[in-house]
Amino acid sequence: MKRYLYFWKRCLKIAFVGDWRYYGWLGILLIIILGGVNAYAKQYLLGLGTTGMSDQVSWGVYIANFTFLVGMAAAAVMLVIPVYIYKNEELHDLVIFGELLAVAAILMCLAFVTVDLGRPDRFWHLIPGIGIFHFPGSMLSWDVLVLNGYLLINLHICGYHIYCRYCGRKPSNWLSIPVVFLGILWAVSIHTITAFLYVGLGGRHFWNSAVLGPRFIASAFTAGPAFIILTLQIIRQFSDYHVPDRALFTLRSIVQIAMPINMFLLINELFTEFYTTDRNSASSHYLFLGLHGHHALVPWIWTAIGLNITSMILLMLPLSRRLKWLDTACILAVIGIWIEKGMGMVVPGFVPTPIGEIVEYTPSKNEVLICLGIWAFGFFCYTIFLRMAVPILHGKLSRANEPAEANLT
Amino acid sequence: MADLNTEEGITRRSFLRATTAAAAGAAALTSALAPLRNIGDFPSVEEFIQKHYTELTPAQLTTVLGRIENEVQKEYGIRPHVRALKPMNGVEFVYALNLSRCCGCRKCVHACVAENNQSRSPEVQYIRVLKMPNDGRFDLESGDHNYNPESVPVPGHFFMPIQCHHCKNPPCVKVCPVKATWQEPDGITVIDYDWCIGCRYCEAACPYFARRFNFTEPSIPKEKINPNMSYLGNRPRHKGVMEKCHFCVQRTRAGQYPACLEACPTGSRKFGNILDPDSEVSYILKNKRVMILKEELGTLPRFFYYFDV
Ligand code: SF4
Repeated sequence: MKRYLYFWKRCLKIAFVGDWRYYGWLGILLIIILGGVNAYAKQYLLGLGTTGMSDQVSWGVYIANFTFLVGMAAAAVMLVIPVYIYKNEELHDLVIFGELLAVAAILMCLAFVTVDLGRPDRFWHLIPGIGIFHFPGSMLSWDVLVLNGYLLINLHICGYHIYCRYCGRKPSNWLSIPVVFLGILWAVSIHTITAFLYVGLGGRHFWNSAVLGPRFIASAFTAGPAFIILTLQIIRQFSDYHVPDRALFTLRSIVQIAMPINMFLLINELFTEFYTTDRNSASSHYLFLGLHGHHALVPWIWTAIGLNITSMILLMLPLSRRLKWLDTACILAVIGIWIEKGMGMVVPGFVPTPIGEIVEYTPSKNEVLICLGIWAFGFFCYTIFLRMAVPILHGKLSRANEPAEANLT
Repeated sequence: MADLNTEEGITRRSFLRATTAAAAGAAALTSALAPLRNIGDFPSVEEFIQKHYTELTPAQLTTVLGRIENEVQKEYGIRPHVRALKPMNGVEFVYALNLSRCCGCRKCVHACVAENNQSRSPEVQYIRVLKMPNDGRFDLESGDHNYNPESVPVPGHFFMPIQCHHCKNPPCVKVCPVKATWQEPDGITVIDYDWCIGCRYCEAACPYFARRFNFTEPSIPKEKINPNMSYLGNRPRHKGVMEKCHFCVQRTRAGQYPACLEACPTGSRKFGNILDPDSEVSYILKNKRVMILKEELGTLPRFFYYFDV
């Protein structure tokens, strides 16, 4: 126990040691976080009227980002599959990077849900046992369960593996393999249930589609690995940890498969919505073509589709074996999916309202500041996590080199 | 960069630096939180730890009602009478609205606002009236929500008021993660304003655009307060919670008609007990042409539209 606490002390210490670039980066993030905190203080004081939301469009960028980030968290397990299923041992450490990303993403998700609540002080009503938990009736209660469960699973996997590495022993298969597999299943479940949150609303035809769940998974498994490809290169750049090119190319092949599936599902959706002439496709009309002179989302969705298609073409070409092009494709994919799945999925569900009113939504400045703050918070967490994990995976911080004064034996 | 990967880099000087950084951070955080200084209405401890309405013992309920009366008095200078009327046995309320007669005057909308202590700024209204063209279609999308004519009725149009349908199979109740909204035995779907966490999931689920969220602190002029209040009904709400039509629970459970019905000059609004075969609503459902809005969703509304035949 004492040894474990000492391990944590060393980790925490090292988290705040770095060169000027490291401090500069954390400093910038902290400033953005403080900007978000300030904006949230205003929102807490004045209510959600400080956002662009209304009774007509009652969810906005908070829930859009939440949805996107659940996908990112789920996709982190994409690194686990090559390692444990295809026994690609070389990539073993990368699992940790993926899981740490999942932890950071879930923390951001929880933050986004919290800032979206009208009465955050009543969050305890949601805690099973203390409050009243509408389980299994409400999909939101499922989501609370699976997200927190996923957080715990990933914390366990990362914490356990890193600590074992620190102590220089091999993780016991009994304690890790079953949890890793549970994690894979769980990852699919968090995103499916987040989709069910929308799919389950019979009064909203735009969401009430069986293909939404598969689309969520496909887009997550595109944007997630794409994001990890970019992250791994940053790790390679700024630490002396060696990330093999093979890792990047394994991930590339995942994105190569997921992106076309994502586009294929989108085409299915579009066909159903536009070929038939029933009256239930008003939201799709609003999103893709504009409705009764309202066009706010049209440029966004076409930008997203343009980005996705460009990215898909790049990924298919042998060109993207060159890292520069691979990076471009990944950046396009992440941005494209963020738009498509965030604003392009949440907002049109509300336009027009179920009784035919059209009210458009634009996030307010305060709302955007809060979002930026939460993203900065996520990056801050991930940076710190990596700062702790990299030296340990590298063997630079280990039990063997504990300073003598620790004297724990 | 190698030395940065161990903690040997930590010296006394860097420790001092860290302390300074922490102090600066704390100062920055305080100023970021500065807006909170103006907060006047932190929820009281009693409210914070209060249980769900359905779990309150009679004694606790009395205390809660007393607390609410005190709070209203403090805020509006009027001593209200806050009750928690129980549903009556053998009663299931149903509403029927005559589309052939409604003239679109919106008297019901304003009576509802006055009766139910709804916020005047921003304006919160439970009833939405649509001006629909007589063009051979029945398409909500062609309805005008913000019509403002010189006089009503308007030739070539009919009017369609929409409010909470008090469904037998309510999507809003199904999705609420904390059961802050539920169906009472007399068919009224209610909200515990002290339990709602303000996630607005129910608002997304409702196919009738019936729910209203308090995006800011509601404001009601003191002299406009209706002091006859009930816990699940028209007591003043605060920002951050959901509200909607509750069939004027403070009136209907005491044997009165809803305020919208009494205000309607054309007699288009009918309300009563569907379990009583001799009631007006039973007669209408048995003898008139009746229409249910969005029947295909299977929500089984207790709100019916009918036509003169
Ligand atoms: S806004 Fe309130 S009543 Fe509606 S689902 Fe959320 S907690 Fe329930």
